[in-house]
Amino acid sequence: MIIGQIKNGIVLDHITAGMGMELYNLLGLDRLNCQVALIKNAESKKMGKKDIIKIDEEIDFDVDALGYIDTNITVNIIKDGKLFKRKHLEVPEKVVNIIRCKNPRCITTTEQELPHVFKLTNREKKIYRCIYCESKGK
Amino acid sequence: MNHLIDILQLTEAEIDELIAVAEDIIANPAKYAEKCHGKKLATLFFEPSTRTRLSFEAAMYELGGNVLGFSEAQSSSASKGESVSDTIRTVGCYADIIAMRHPKEGAPVVACQSSTVPIINAGDGGHNHPTQTLTDLLTIHREKGTFSGLTIGLCGDLKFGRTVHSLISAMSRYENVKFVLISPDELKVPDYIIEDFLEANNIEYVETTSLEEAMPELDILYMTRVQRERFFNEQDYIRLRDSYILDMEKLKGAKKDMCILHPLPRVNEIAKDVDNDPRACYFKQVLNGKFIRMALILKLLEID
Repeated sequence: MIIGQIKNGIVLDHITAGMGMELYNLLGLDRLNCQVALIKNAESKKMGKKDIIKIDEEIDFDVDALGYIDTNITVNIIKDGKLFKRKHLEVPEKVVNIIRCKNPRCITTTEQELPHVFKLTNREKKIYRCIYCESKGK
Repeated sequence: MNHLIDILQLTEAEIDELIAVAEDIIANPAKYAEKCHGKKLATLFFEPSTRTRLSFEAAMYELGGNVLGFSEAQSSSASKGESVSDTIRTVGCYADIIAMRHPKEGAPVVACQSSTVPIINAGDGGHNHPTQTLTDLLTIHREKGTFSGLTIGLCGDLKFGRTVHSLISAMSRYENVKFVLISPDELKVPDYIIEDFLEANNIEYVETTSLEEAMPELDILYMTRVQRERFFNEQDYIRLRDSYILDMEKLKGAKKDMCILHPLPRVNEIAKDVDNDPRACYFKQVLNGKFIRMALILKLLEID
């Protein structure tokens, strides 16, 4: 299967196979007018299988959201058809409006304009907790 | 801006300092009678309370200050749908310090984000209750003279019992403390308390369902009420409410100098005749609550 090169845009590479669609939805790529390709189960020497997303436009997106989902992802910024910058992701200290607090007693359930903010409390186990009620993010 | 939302915002040194001021207030009340002259405390209670609200108000009056506020959400604009943040911004125009209780967990965090005056969390749902913990700590300190080397039994509703969560997090910082967590399976301590405080600090703890078996080793027994207001399902409340009742018979197995604490109100979890036992410290605890809140108000208002 051939998907053409992009000139100016972003390639999200090394996405864990099967996670591509979740990422596509999370980043709101369905709302873009430019060309977006989601490649599932691409062959990978390193990973066996991987997903790839190619976005034919330079867009702003939440790098923390990507790091929260999968730190293996590499973000390649393409300019004039060439690799301009490659970013490796880290587990973010804080994520905003990526996970929602499911505690029915949390203040976010009644004050719905509040952002759902989760803080990393255990890096080793990748545990995030709601900054308001301290419930574990799921 | 100084706020008190979670007991862990206070260092052990700050807790020692608050206890020292509270002890000084107990010894020399006249010295403190005008310390807050001209200052106003707002008590914003979106959820009912007897002890916490009245002790805050008594504390401020004994410091020579004044008090304003409401004692239920229905008598505030919260009943019209006003947000916590707007209520706090408004009250900050009238008061120098705010003590706030709210049924939703994390409401005081939201309050701090928009407040121009110090906020004291007077209880947020089943989450935290730091001034009750200060009360508990002052009582433990007065009764036992130390925080280290104690075996503390916590009994009853350990899931929704915010005083339990705050006390565990505070006591986890002291040496050789052991916790015995006594509850029905449905009301066990939440996982974050186990993971973030007990396991993270290598604190010895045991989870059990038997109060009688745990009793002989306890230096402190902290009883709690199964709280009807925390249950979405009345049937669950009825099934669990009588899980543990402390009476003189059960106390036979306890140490002679064990200290019985309870944040109150109680329903039936401590039999009335236990009140006359010298180990019953829960009404002393009530009085200590006023003194430690006086010390806290002075600290947050930065009054020497």
